[in-house]
Amino acid sequence: MSRYTSANIVLIFGLIIVAIGSLLYGRANMSVMDVINALFGGASEPVTIIVRELRLPRVILGIVIGAAMGVSGAALQGVLRNPLADPGVVGVSASAALGAVIAIHLGLVAIWPLSISIFAMAGALAATAILFIISARDSSVLMLILVGIGISSLAMAAISLVMNMADNPMSIRDMIMWMLGSLENRTVTDLLLAVPFIIIGWLMMINIGQGLNALSVGEDTAQTMGIDIKSLKLRVVVGSAISVGAAVAVCGSIGFVGLVVPHMVRALITNEPGRILIPSALLGGLLLTLADVVTRMPILSTDLRLGVVTSLIGAPAFLYIIYKTRRTMR
Amino acid sequence: MSGLMVKNISLELEGHKILQDVSASVKAGETVGLIGPNGAGKSCLLKSILGLLDLDTGSISIDGENLKDLSLKNRAKKMAYAAQGAPVHWPLTAETVVGLGRVPHLNPWQKLSKDDKIALEYAMQRTDCLDLKDRQVTTLSGGERARVLLARVLATGAKYILADEPVSSLDPSHQLQVMKILSGLSKNGNGVLVVLHDLSHALRYCDRIILLNEGKVIGQDTPDKILSDDNLKNIFGISAARWSENGHQFLSPLQIEDGSTS
Repeated sequence: MSRYTSANIVLIFGLIIVAIGSLLYGRANMSVMDVINALFGGASEPVTIIVRELRLPRVILGIVIGAAMGVSGAALQGVLRNPLADPGVVGVSASAALGAVIAIHLGLVAIWPLSISIFAMAGALAATAILFIISARDSSVLMLILVGIGISSLAMAAISLVMNMADNPMSIRDMIMWMLGSLENRTVTDLLLAVPFIIIGWLMMINIGQGLNALSVGEDTAQTMGIDIKSLKLRVVVGSAISVGAAVAVCGSIGFVGLVVPHMVRALITNEPGRILIPSALLGGLLLTLADVVTRMPILSTDLRLGVVTSLIGAPAFLYIIYKTRRTMR
Repeated sequence: MSGLMVKNISLELEGHKILQDVSASVKAGETVGLIGPNGAGKSCLLKSILGLLDLDTGSISIDGENLKDLSLKNRAKKMAYAAQGAPVHWPLTAETVVGLGRVPHLNPWQKLSKDDKIALEYAMQRTDCLDLKDRQVTTLSGGERARVLLARVLATGAKYILADEPVSSLDPSHQLQVMKILSGLSKNGNGVLVVLHDLSHALRYCDRIILLNEGKVIGQDTPDKILSDDNLKNIFGISAARWSENGHQFLSPLQIEDGSTS
């Protein structure tokens, strides 16, 4: 068995173990049998509700969102041929946050709990549309990065404006807490809202591996190898914007997963840009689920936010990997 | 019509006439040098032939088939490109990079077959880089990397090879090695079009030379006719020292001449 296959199998096992751990761990003490009975019928009603409606959606969301971030980060780094690219680079994270902040400012949550996610999704889709229109015309790497920075800056400015206009400190607190990211209290409805878009994003990127590999010897050369570069870029940029946008819309801004995970995969498994996609999805799902378990640990008096945990773990890990691979990554 | 035929192509980029009514050809079995001063349009001509730039007028055909009628993959099977100073963006092994040469022959999910691997090994043997196959390309020296990238080009199995200044950043022995490999390819039935700045290499290794200046073809003929004192003076603005050794002709720029046109 190749290193690639065995690494993927290890990651799948790891993911399953962490997912089970996440189902088991929480305020209500449960045994493995409780969880199994709750999933397949036969447990008492409160246990079934806790597992099926509170913990399971959270675990699935963690896996799917982590996978979306990991795979988008890997694909964007491959297309932009820049190891510093992360899903935020195309501007969807900030635009999704803008949507959420507007929904909080308008006080829609009280009337309609899903409004934050819907508004965030609208923000992400608007950014995706702008990206699509621009990258369909001019898809140079520099252009994509600059447009992403432009969209991000504009969204951040608008977020500041909304915060500036907020007259009540509680709503500013809500906005900041949302932006720190969380999977707490997410329901099946959130799952149903995000997952279809994430899957559409994945389908758009389904066979990009060969093209990403070819791109490692430059755009012109890749094209002379029979790769349609324009379509490849469009699919990666729009596909990752849609899936990351949907992810951020339901769980808030979660930093570093999309940036760090591809680096870990490169350090541990392979440098081939086309072959880091699947391991990045698996490792992304694994790490985000793990980080979500950490947020529930009684470390501080209050619950830790998911985005805080991922960044606190991600940034040092990133520095370590960069230091370790400094010789080959030039 | 066999061969790579370029007919009356013109190209304008942002209001500048880059190529004007250029016609040229490369036949299987010959090494054709493409020379001219900086800004003459050599790289653009190469990229136009490869379909990387959209032409304003004119047509390009490969062995009788119009380039426009060929899919990207089919073009890639017939023509391979050695880009100038080609970068490698990730620390991939030499074998992986050479393996990319087989991309035109594979669908997006396909792995390298036994035949593909034979093609890889053959290409690496010819460019003398088989011993580098497990090394990361980012850690190779300039000469080693050039050979690996050339092996990538050969591994495509394409009939026509287009190389943009393949020796400009190499030391003398690697220059000779790469030029020998390229001209050797044409003896095996490939058609090679190579952009060169070193006129001595052009004189020694090319069967024919296309001289380009300000986007126009000044002439295409045998090296000794194209590299005449008149052309060197009028187009390059130089005079040259000439000598011969072991039956080969050599030429080295001597001094700048007045009356230069570029």
